[in-house]
Amino acid sequence: MKLLLKNGRLIDPKNNIDEKMDILAENGKVSQRGKSLKGSGCKVIDLKGCAVFPGFIDMHVHLREPGREDQETIETGTLAAAHGGFASVVCMPNTEPPVDNEGIVELIYAQARTSGVVNVFPVACISKGRMGEDIAEVGSLKKAGAVALSDDGNTVMNSNLMRRVLEYSSMFGIPVIDHCEDFNLSGDGVMNFSENSIRFGLKGIPSASEDIIVARDIILSEMTDSHIHLAHISTAGAVDLIRRAKKKGLKVTAETAPHYFTLSDRYLETFDTNFKMKPPLRTEEDRKAVVRGLAEGIIDAIASDHAPHVQHEKDVEFDFAPFGIIGLETSVGLALTHLYHKKILNLTQIAERYSLNPAKILNFKDKGHLSEGADADFTVIDTEKNWTVKADDFYSKSKNSPFIGWELKGKPVLTIPGGKIAYNELPGKT
Amino acid sequence: MNKFVWKKKDLLGLEELSADEILHILDTSKSFYEISTRAIKKVPVLRGKTVVNLFFEPSTRTKTSFELAEKRMSADIVNVSASGSSLTKGETLIDTVKNLAAYKIDILVMRHSVPGSAHMLSKILEASVVNAGDGAHEHPTQGLLDIFTIRQKKGRIENLKVAIVGDILHSRVARSNIWGLTKLGAEVILVGPTTLVPKHFEAMGVKISHNFDDVIGDVDVINMLRIQKERQKKNLFPSLREYSDLFGLDERRIKKIKKDAIVMHPGPINRGVEMSASVADGPFSVILDQVTNGLAVRMAVFFLVTGGRKGKGVM
Repeated sequence: MKLLLKNGRLIDPKNNIDEKMDILAENGKVSQRGKSLKGSGCKVIDLKGCAVFPGFIDMHVHLREPGREDQETIETGTLAAAHGGFASVVCMPNTEPPVDNEGIVELIYAQARTSGVVNVFPVACISKGRMGEDIAEVGSLKKAGAVALSDDGNTVMNSNLMRRVLEYSSMFGIPVIDHCEDFNLSGDGVMNFSENSIRFGLKGIPSASEDIIVARDIILSEMTDSHIHLAHISTAGAVDLIRRAKKKGLKVTAETAPHYFTLSDRYLETFDTNFKMKPPLRTEEDRKAVVRGLAEGIIDAIASDHAPHVQHEKDVEFDFAPFGIIGLETSVGLALTHLYHKKILNLTQIAERYSLNPAKILNFKDKGHLSEGADADFTVIDTEKNWTVKADDFYSKSKNSPFIGWELKGKPVLTIPGGKIAYNELPGKT
Repeated sequence: MNKFVWKKKDLLGLEELSADEILHILDTSKSFYEISTRAIKKVPVLRGKTVVNLFFEPSTRTKTSFELAEKRMSADIVNVSASGSSLTKGETLIDTVKNLAAYKIDILVMRHSVPGSAHMLSKILEASVVNAGDGAHEHPTQGLLDIFTIRQKKGRIENLKVAIVGDILHSRVARSNIWGLTKLGAEVILVGPTTLVPKHFEAMGVKISHNFDDVIGDVDVINMLRIQKERQKKNLFPSLREYSDLFGLDERRIKKIKKDAIVMHPGPINRGVEMSASVADGPFSVILDQVTNGLAVRMAVFFLVTGGRKGKGVM
């Protein structure tokens, strides 16, 4: 099967390309790049007015399968990913049961093969049962196809376990991802500790809760000379710590989520539980620091932390609602509206944050770029398209988004993982 | 009485009220105060109206006050407590309340441990929602009755200095007082240990002091809050003994207060902890006036929020 994408603006930071160029995909790989390519016996798509990127990778999502298929499945989660412009998703191991053995890794791959519409890459647990006590069988998990290790929402509070997993995983070349939260400081907090938590009477989670674990992880990464990836950074303090670590040349990478560069804790004044997530929305100063961190490249990647919850779980008193919001279908639109159109990131930097850097962090050699022979994963974006976020348009099983009703500019219109069209809203559907 | 027209369906907190709205409730409360001094303490204002009292936290005085206000206004009332309700069987609050609303109730009075719970219900109910306390967020009728009492005793609110002393962090009474008093032009000083009075409160337009003795001789009103023993377990202060020594209002400290100052407490009092018995029962205390006034304020609130509207179900 051959696919020719014509007349698009090709953005490929690894190959220093930002120009109008055609690209040919054959058997799931990029076979040719160039001006005015002629396609014989292939499907041709005219992408005039659109930008063509190496397929976007959302490196932090929750697909809920196995265990919570009422919230999301691999099928609906990957449909949402395709709609949101992601050719690949990296799913977290907090399933039921958790991904702490090869069997569950294989189950996720099998399910993705039968019902997934984009590439799915499972993350496995750091510790058995995500209990933070005994290290999981890293070698076997890696062999089964796990692409990273994380205990997800359960920060590894035991510093010695974190040290050992960093040391041990480095011989397999598998990155360790940490959700940075000191649970003693978070306590039973439900929002950021700030003037606003004081005002609303809601229990606060201080930003120090995140900063302390970020600092610890950086120190352990230096000590063990191992790669640590810091998930969903939300505080000015953490951005600062990562900046210093990078200046030192340490093996530290980081991601943030769209809600941390678009929202702050004042939004909680409605007590709407769709503004409740971990880490919590921080102050306006923190939000600005995250934006700066993205602009400077201190924060390598944007990941959604897509966390589906069904309506009745969220329609409860604020303290009782689960943490988390969906994000696969709004991430790129928010980044284009609030980073690209506000001239904080250009399209090359957007490609880095959404594709090249996640691919580098996860050692995906054939993703994140459009060299000949690379995987034929493409994300096509109409950067000028105006649209409104609507719950009815979500492919996700869950609708827990704080962005419903938002007006955005720039939208993924065509998603192609492995040379196959997973989502297409181009006029005429060529 | 001013010619202000009340428009709000609910009473959720004092933060969202204007100074005019607060004054209007206080003025209306004056008319209702008189009813409880009559031999026959009943008026037909809420005759044919249904009020549900939904209390998810134990409460004696607030619940009694609301119930008496409802009864003296001739409402039909139903009391639902958390332990006896379907919530213990796993039903959500919204489902419980939608079921109650199906009876076409007119007013829902709710106390709940979680901030924002009354706000959540006000968005789905056509009935009026009166917040009887939502976690550490607001307790508007307590704030109003405190301010009513201050105005009754001092003749005004503007330019008065009011100290609120104690566990401000966990106090809905403090927050409602802060909003109401600052909107009406009083100067509010929060007094307590650094752990229970974080500096973030300054954003609400108040001053903060961690030394009661510095403040006590300078204020017109001292509102003492109840201190809960459980806070000690969370390392917010080392012992009740030390707390009482630093922030208690006892015979030693009461000597320093202005001769025309008043001492308040929302109750229930821990005698000997935040306040000594002799101070609670002493000449500066207006604690029982607060209780009497609470009834009038709650009657006024019911009168205003129902304002001739029909009982309705879910929006």
